[in-house]
Amino acid sequence: MKEIKIFARAGQGAITTATILGDALFLKGKYPYAFPSFGAARMGAPMNAFVRVDDKPIRLRSQIYEPDYIIIVDSTLMRGFDCFAGFKPEGVALVNEREGIEAPKPKGKQKIFVVPANKIAQEVIGRPLGNTALIGAFAAATGELDLDSLNKAIKQRFEGKIADLNIEAAKRGFDFVKNLK
Amino acid sequence: MKKFIEGSYAVAEAVKLCRPGVVSAYPITPQTHIVEGLAQFVADGELKAEFVNVESEHSAASAVLGAVATGVRAFTSSSSQGLLLMTEVIFNIAGMRLPLVLACANRAVSAPINIWNDQQDVMTIRDSGWILLFAENIQEVIDLHIQAYRISEDHSIMLPVMVNLDGYILTHGLEVADMPSQEQVDKFLPPYKPLYKLDTSDPMTLGCLAMPEHYMEARVAIQKTQEAALDFIPKVAGEFKKVFGRESGGLVEAYKIEDAKQVIVAMGSIVGTIKETVDELRAQGKKVGVLKLITYRPFPKQAILNALKNVPEIAVVDKSISLGSNSPLYTDLTSAFIGQDKVSKISGFVLGLGGRDITKDSIKQVFDKLSGKQVDCEFIDVKKELLEEEYAGN
Repeated sequence: MKEIKIFARAGQGAITTATILGDALFLKGKYPYAFPSFGAARMGAPMNAFVRVDDKPIRLRSQIYEPDYIIIVDSTLMRGFDCFAGFKPEGVALVNEREGIEAPKPKGKQKIFVVPANKIAQEVIGRPLGNTALIGAFAAATGELDLDSLNKAIKQRFEGKIADLNIEAAKRGFDFVKNLK
Repeated sequence: MKKFIEGSYAVAEAVKLCRPGVVSAYPITPQTHIVEGLAQFVADGELKAEFVNVESEHSAASAVLGAVATGVRAFTSSSSQGLLLMTEVIFNIAGMRLPLVLACANRAVSAPINIWNDQQDVMTIRDSGWILLFAENIQEVIDLHIQAYRISEDHSIMLPVMVNLDGYILTHGLEVADMPSQEQVDKFLPPYKPLYKLDTSDPMTLGCLAMPEHYMEARVAIQKTQEAALDFIPKVAGEFKKVFGRESGGLVEAYKIEDAKQVIVAMGSIVGTIKETVDELRAQGKKVGVLKLITYRPFPKQAILNALKNVPEIAVVDKSISLGSNSPLYTDLTSAFIGQDKVSKISGFVLGLGGRDITKDSIKQVFDKLSGKQVDCEFIDVKKELLEEEYAGN
């Protein structure tokens, strides 16, 4: 079983991220359970989305406290929260790049990738919504996903040109991490 | 077809497959996606139904009451304060013997206001005469809605059914579930044939005044039907299996209790977390198990006694409490053992109120405490430091 914890603010697409991620894992034959945890349930409020995935149906319904993978959609959350609490010793994290905010140094075998996801999204989609670029980066960094399943999941979520642009953003995120390696 | 689907949209799709003629509901978190989905189906022409927009839950419940009274299959959904506002009508729907299905997205009750999950809302209508079913996962959410119409509309039952799904955990969670085809559902669920209906060409009255000479018998009749439903609900689950090929529904589900020394009794999504914990503890050699109640009303007393008769220690976990007494399921379960030759040690625990997260550790605490002194109403994961705070004045 692998556990993914996503940090964002309500309205930034964390649930969409968890949904696309979960759907892509489902298309690979896995059994994901994606779920949100809201704080004040108001736009801009810090919130989490989670994905728990295994080769058999997930039964555990608690939140995630020791993530294998972390995705930080809004890096400003690192100022007020310990986003890396419980991070597994061999975990992989994807952090959306933001000027003036440093990601922590990885401990032991952890890997932390700072991805210019919003920049990629701005260039490709025309809006700074780096979610799909981050999922592409996640695929490259963890090997849990391939771009084929991810593209299919994106097409189930978005239509026409928006789907194409998000597929391109995901590929740019994927390539960014691949080229670092 | 298997798909990765959110619990709320799974309800909407399952209900669409049941072909209701009228849907009426008022939005409330975390139920909103359910009716949003159905409203979309109606707007897109995928569901040929009347979607009645209303100004409150009281009106929503009244609208579907009226629809069923005229012989039309109907659906509504609510949660928490919304269900409380419906309460007057909820009792009437059962009393008028109208078959209806309602999805309750279980949520805490105010005050303090809290939008997160527990099961206090459904407990407020526990005594209304409705049949109450609880889903553990999204597959059961789908299956129980389809079975609910069959149970409710059978002429031997004619009582409303509420399908409970834990707010957020299931309503806003996505997982892999098999969505049946229209052909399968049509095969299992025939069109609604009312036993009686409001019809201007053949007038009748529903819910009229019953004098002391008649009222009591109307209540006894519901009690008798609830008892009959204990036989009928497993039959519907059996027929469901024939058409859909999977075990789903029924009264209870036992998980690893054959040789168990300790068993937790629970309802809803918490059962998944308990199963996971049971497997972990069994790997350490502990003989533990879980008994899931799928049907809470009618209360499946005999099925529970049969399942638990050789279990020395039983823990009942509730996500609700009857303040000033114990929790509802604990009270029901202990009363089931009255008059039995052998009475197990039964302890009651309350956890997860207002969305307090329930972890494997919470469940391990229950098993640990169950070995100790018998308790009626022990709270798990309570922050003692908050209880010690006092009002300091201005």
